Amino acid sequence: MTPKDGAAPHAELIGATRTESRRLMEQWWQNLEAAENEGRPVANVFVMGSLAEILATFDIPMSFPEITSLQTAVRGKSMDYLTAAEDYGYSPDICGYVKVDVGVHLKGREHPNGKLPKPSLVVSPNTCNTYIKWSEIWERIYGCPVFVLDLPGWRGTAAAGMTLEDFERDRAYVEGQLRELIALCEQVTGTPFDIDRLREVMGEVNELSELYQQVLAENRHHPAPFDAMLEGLNFMGIANAYRGVPEGTEFLRIALAELRERVRLGMGAIPEEKYRLLLIGTACYSHFRRFLELFHGWGGVFVHSEYMSFGGGGIDRGIAYDLDRPIESLAEQILSSSGKCFSGIFFSQDWQADIVGGWDIDGICYHGIKSCRTVSTGLPDTREWQMREHDIPGLFIQSDLVDARLWSDAQMKNRVDAFFEALASRKAQARR
Amino acid sequence: MDDELAQIFDECRELVEDTDFPAVRRWLAANPDGKVLGHFQVYFPEELAHAAGMLPIKILGGPSSLQIRQADARFAAFVCSIIRSSLELALTDKVDFLSLFVTHPICDAARHSCGVWARNLPDLPCQILYLPHNVRSAYARDYLEGEYRRIAGIIEDVTGRPVTDEALRASIEVFNENRRLLRELYRIKRETPWLVSCVEAYLLTRTGALMPREEHSNLLRRALPLLQAREAKPQDKIRVVFEGGFCEQPPLEMLSVIQDACYVVDDDLMIGLRWLVEDVPADGDPFAALAEAYIERSSYSPVQRDPEKPKEEMLIRRIREANAEAAIVAAAKMCEPGLEEQVAYSRALDEAEIPHLVMEFEEKTNVFEQVRMEVETFAESLLFEFA
Repeated sequence: MTPKDGAAPHAELIGATRTESRRLMEQWWQNLEAAENEGRPVANVFVMGSLAEILATFDIPMSFPEITSLQTAVRGKSMDYLTAAEDYGYSPDICGYVKVDVGVHLKGREHPNGKLPKPSLVVSPNTCNTYIKWSEIWERIYGCPVFVLDLPGWRGTAAAGMTLEDFERDRAYVEGQLRELIALCEQVTGTPFDIDRLREVMGEVNELSELYQQVLAENRHHPAPFDAMLEGLNFMGIANAYRGVPEGTEFLRIALAELRERVRLGMGAIPEEKYRLLLIGTACYSHFRRFLELFHGWGGVFVHSEYMSFGGGGIDRGIAYDLDRPIESLAEQILSSSGKCFSGIFFSQDWQADIVGGWDIDGICYHGIKSCRTVSTGLPDTREWQMREHDIPGLFIQSDLVDARLWSDAQMKNRVDAFFEALASRKAQARR
Repeated sequence: MDDELAQIFDECRELVEDTDFPAVRRWLAANPDGKVLGHFQVYFPEELAHAAGMLPIKILGGPSSLQIRQADARFAAFVCSIIRSSLELALTDKVDFLSLFVTHPICDAARHSCGVWARNLPDLPCQILYLPHNVRSAYARDYLEGEYRRIAGIIEDVTGRPVTDEALRASIEVFNENRRLLRELYRIKRETPWLVSCVEAYLLTRTGALMPREEHSNLLRRALPLLQAREAKPQDKIRVVFEGGFCEQPPLEMLSVIQDACYVVDDDLMIGLRWLVEDVPADGDPFAALAEAYIERSSYSPVQRDPEKPKEEMLIRRIREANAEAAIVAAAKMCEPGLEEQVAYSRALDEAEIPHLVMEFEEKTNVFEQVRMEVETFAESLLFEFA
């Protein structure tokens, strides 16, 4: 492949991200197991508001049950855990992540990737209501403290709207809770809080956020150098697991360098990009490759996804912590990013339209998840809105995160094929 | 006396089943400039709306006769019925009298509901009252007081009338009185369940969500003495607590099937109307008093986490205080919090050796043979065991 600028290709950059992400994910598991073996506390946290800034200050390793649950599906093992949880009494209609995780705990915490540690502490934001119910399950099993971080979010529409005074009240509430969480971490670890350490961690997150935005922006190029529902999920996973620590920041530097090199070489995420897509919803991990094949086969690439926003921990819209007033600034920024990225999903049509314009997107795929009302409830309505208000073509399909029983291959293929046929016809008409 | 009670229950049933909201339309006819606030389940401090002269009502779905046509296209397939039927009411102009709609972060379907309503009803202000999820934070009470003031500000914008402290105190008195009467109804139900059936108590309670509260208190004042004067005699039925009606409501026919086999001596049906379990102080700062009451003088439900009110313990306490022998632990289909809590309830009841029946329901169910069989079998097995 000949680079556009004539300089020689930097072969060492291509593939470096994949190698490093594998290493980091293995190391993450090893760290969790080591903490358990050494009797150090581990916190169970969630991607939409992990509070990594505070936990990293206390060197508390974070276990992300959403990530460990999806890993069982990627490895084709989720059904064992789902059925164990259903046998225990959980309904087929509740969150698949919860059931997989319950199954893992019922099976002695034995997971295909290793042994899950017992939580010493749970930090549960309200950004997904199921987080709270999930946390109560561990509380019942292990008696561990559960800290619910309440982040008041999007408040709806009214002429008056939210005022600065309203934001300040929310901020004071969040700041108060952060101080309470700090006291709880001191209690769990027996270590006094070090505000300078918090500054270091927050400085890392500032950089991480900047790099994550740059990574996303690389996909404005044609062809897009990565698929947001393939490699994008690695960027997101590492950004969560290593938020606030130098390895996470370094990983995104490696990723950015590789993506820029790909852009320079004209390398796309797939051999021939024909359609640029935005995904709203989440991945289907039980049929991960097959899901992508349905789109890649038509030359469709997910150049962006709302998943990379809310699932990325809120760093995609920019975080700029003021290190002179760390706790106050942490409260402001968490509240603000939560409002945009997490509870923003309840009314995200304007953000979607902006992304469609900014990333030169041909259509939106709305992927409803049976067991996740958080991301799925209003998707058909949003699709209808975008078609009506902005003439943006939309495809609505449904499956699940981890439950293979909810995948219907023929139905998915029919709908995806019909969508691409419509997109092709639309493009042809536009050319006339 | 029985005729008068029968007439009361007929009126209540008509109000509950009529999706044209006749009591609201009567109120609007008498108050042509009046404004109506509709709020979704579970709890809303209706005093805030009342103090500005608004009529607060609950938007809580519809009966099984309500055909859901338009709303189904707005939501993903796996969303509970009450979210769909509530929107159906709005899309079919059944609640065209609303000037403000408020929902709550009780679950993610309810949060999405605000967005869906806002996109489809652009002229109707739609709000989320963010009740706190971390009620035991030392900062929660001040936050909630501020949140109540924010909502009051929106109510003021909608009505053009200020929510003064004085007016709010007067409204608190009105609602305290109503809650006292509802507590009295539930006392009768617990102590003498043969005097008021499950469906009758439910109808008397639920109508409070659909009419001015003063009118509802008058209704209860008429009904309660009549119930106490009834000459009914106790029957050989097991005493159960029904749990699972905090949001979506089971069909009346289902409650009827249950009451045929059991005395339902307590329940969480329409718990939002009974959320505050003591009077709210009507002196001092009324916003602060309402916020304090939400946290400190309140019931429990699967959609509120409060470490000082572990839900399984609260259920067991409800069973013991009602002198019940068993429980029916129900959950609405597709209700994430309800279905998750159901497992915890069931395990705790097993541990406490309290017999219980686990079931699911949907507001639009219209076939009850299966429920009848399950409940009758459950009740008969217990009667046999207790004998």
